[in-house]
Amino acid sequence: MNEARSLDRRDFLCVVAGCVAATTGSCADVTHTPFFRERLRELTKAELADIVAGMAEDYHARYGKRFEVGAAPAQPGVEFAYALDLSHCVGCRRCVHACVAENNQSRDPEVQWIRVLEVEKGEGLDLAHADPYYDAALVPRAGYTYVPIACQQCRNPPCVKTCPTGATWQEPDGITVIDYDWCIGCRCCISACPYGARHFNWAEPQIPADELNTTTHVLGNRLREKGVVEKCTFCIHRVREGLYPACVEACPTGSRKFGNLLDPSSEIRYVLEHKRAFVLEAELGTRPRFYYFYGD
Amino acid sequence: MGEGREPTRSVYLLSRVSVSAPAPRTGPRTVAGTLGLLLVAAFVGCDGSPDSPSEGLELAWVETDGPQEGDYLPAPALSLETFPCSDCHDPEIPVNRRVRELKLVHAEIPMRHASSQTWCLDCHDDVDRDQLRLSSGEKVPFEDVLRLCGQCHGSQLRDWRAGVHGLRTGAWNGEKTYLQCVYCHDAHDPAFRPIEPEPPPRAPTRTP
Repeated sequence: MNEARSLDRRDFLCVVAGCVAATTGSCADVTHTPFFRERLRELTKAELADIVAGMAEDYHARYGKRFEVGAAPAQPGVEFAYALDLSHCVGCRRCVHACVAENNQSRDPEVQWIRVLEVEKGEGLDLAHADPYYDAALVPRAGYTYVPIACQQCRNPPCVKTCPTGATWQEPDGITVIDYDWCIGCRCCISACPYGARHFNWAEPQIPADELNTTTHVLGNRLREKGVVEKCTFCIHRVREGLYPACVEACPTGSRKFGNLLDPSSEIRYVLEHKRAFVLEAELGTRPRFYYFYGD
Repeated sequence: MGEGREPTRSVYLLSRVSVSAPAPRTGPRTVAGTLGLLLVAAFVGCDGSPDSPSEGLELAWVETDGPQEGDYLPAPALSLETFPCSDCHDPEIPVNRRVRELKLVHAEIPMRHASSQTWCLDCHDDVDRDQLRLSSGEKVPFEDVLRLCGQCHGSQLRDWRAGVHGLRTGAWNGEKTYLQCVYCHDAHDPAFRPIEPEPPPRAPTRTP
């Protein structure tokens, strides 16, 4: 099992071609290796449990830490949505770094699921000319406004449509997830996403061992490998346990709101019913579940 | 955020409102109390180090079906160095109600909060200095400062109750922690001050 997992795909094809006996001989059940198994959403509960246990073992062997790899399914009657108050966001990037730490994003090369755009006031949400690399001593800077962007969890996600292997799909609670073992790294989804929300691991992700978050979800922040795409999952390991996403709790201005769209008493419903809310690039018909609004 | 108040996840706190079944409360209580005191210490301009003890001021927790007036968070109003105020403000001493510039004491308090229209005794009770007062004359403990702020900032209060103004932490479908106004806003100087951002992402570079 471990032998198979340590191979890359090209080697694997060679293995299949010439050395099937050698591989299977060392493996109790090859159908549970990343190369043989079905997509995570197609597995039975028992198979899934088996696979996440194997992942936890594998991570333990690699990093010497006990990982909890969860596989909690979507809760019935829940559709997640997010709202961000542009009148309060100051562009401090606390959310970005809380997200990196929470979701085991590679530090080098740097992968960040949230990008905070600095936009000149008066220019509208001109995303093409917004600057994500602003380096200010203090924020907010006069004359600028800030627009954090991550996965918009579209109801009509172009990334899902374009994936040739079916490695990415929408869960019943609205979160678009990726099966990292089925991702072939073609990056079609990256070019399909109008929000720049998907990120590619160009090299083996590097995370200092003491900064690993060992509470993970199989569809979310479990460790990724070189050559796969990753993105925001609303902190699927947290929100399916009832917690707020990490970015919500990290925001010093309380600009980030999260909740169940199907619950009439949720914060998110209050925002949609009482505030001026909108979505980005509405004309593309992606129908995001990520709203922006002006709180004051 | 005021000077010295690092807006990280470790500093907020206070009102815990149980929407579902209440969970056992243990550790966070102490931490919450300490942090609350620190914040307020900073807000009144006193030096509060992160190691300050929190003994002496008991925080009360109330759990309800939602944040209703009077049952949210205890917002500990002042540092232990200056509270209770009645240590100095003896009720026996006649009150000088004249609006004036303070020079002897409290001169360090920056009053940048509608300062041309407000004066200490609009919010602080003139006789019982350990309490605040509403415009109706009703006394309000510091822990319920929200009611005082809400007199003028009604739309913010309304949004706060709905969870849309200000920060909530905890569970989106269960027990949450609410922050009352003074955890983020200095009551005497409530505007958010610019803060230092986290480092920017590395911009892609061209290889020659």
